[in-house]
Amino acid sequence: MYVIVVGGGNVGTYLSRRLIDDDHEVLLLEKDPKQTQRLQALFGEASVIGDGCEAEVQRQTGFERADVVAAVTGEDEDNLIVCQMAAMTWGVERTVARVNDPRHVPLFTELGVSSVVSATNILYNLIEQEISLGTVVPLAALRRGNIEVVEATLTSRSPSAGHKVRDLSLPPKSNIVWVLRGEEGYLADGETVLGPGDLVVALVPTEHASALREIL
Amino acid sequence: MKLLIFGCGRTGAALARTMAKRGHEVTMIEQDPSALSRLGQDHGCKTVIGNGLNDDVLEKAGIKDADAFITTTRGDNTNLMAAQMAQTHYKVRKVCAKVNDPFRAREYTKIGVMCITPNLLTAGMMRNWLLEEPFESVDSFNSQTEVNA
Repeated sequence: MYVIVVGGGNVGTYLSRRLIDDDHEVLLLEKDPKQTQRLQALFGEASVIGDGCEAEVQRQTGFERADVVAAVTGEDEDNLIVCQMAAMTWGVERTVARVNDPRHVPLFTELGVSSVVSATNILYNLIEQEISLGTVVPLAALRRGNIEVVEATLTSRSPSAGHKVRDLSLPPKSNIVWVLRGEEGYLADGETVLGPGDLVVALVPTEHASALREIL
Repeated sequence: MKLLIFGCGRTGAALARTMAKRGHEVTMIEQDPSALSRLGQDHGCKTVIGNGLNDDVLEKAGIKDADAFITTTRGDNTNLMAAQMAQTHYKVRKVCAKVNDPFRAREYTKIGVMCITPNLLTAGMMRNWLLEEPFESVDSFNSQTEVNA
């Protein structure tokens, strides 16, 4: 894929590096000439100094054939305009904008940016998950059957520590499937004794997730 | 009418004064308190200190019942984003952005954002004066792209 990254700060630099490592064609655009040396050293010809909002720069860097344009500067207004122009002037199908003010997320979506990323919202969701679920973290929700895959790290205070799986009164239709102890993983069965430090992976219907949390 | 202006530069301040003088209710949004001095004495405008890309600031300035929103900061992208917020999110009836880059102005005019490009306007009016032509309209100046090669 040809990916144009606009904004050569930390986010743009690491993003470009990863994309290059994954064998994508990458062009990193940064408007501050003071960054020329640093970006040249890191990316050589894959970095260009220029304002990603200027039509002429967009033409020269080949917005027209870009598969993705990712605008990750620290300014929301610049990220929005880059993405909108990529889509409406050059027909870029996938645009990604970093949003610094999380309140701008719905607006960006409404104004046609295909993916809107707010670091604040991501961090908030992670923290909220940690707080509301204690030690049980949802790993994935299976699309059919309303089943969640959750993980829990047990401590010496966990009610399940020191007990066999068969002796736990697990909620209906749920099961402990896997235990990671130290560096080794085990398929759990009824005889498996849980202990502090174990990382337990369980399947549980969504409506019983909180009951499972209490048991573990 | 109830008019909100974002950006108290020379353009914004002049617009605020001329509208207030004609009896309209003007609120100026500006991030830099010292820029408000451009309004001069007894300007009769309300002022709100803050960034006009911020919902709280816009709402404090009364965008929810504004008849018009004009954005005149020095940043084209700031103006285009603020104008789209006013138009799309707050459904303000008359919205206009000052956009210095003629290319950007043309692209956003296509999707229904009213843009005024000061350099095209000035060059066009100077030409009208030089050639003793009648003065043209904003729309006609905006579309005269030959000024920027």
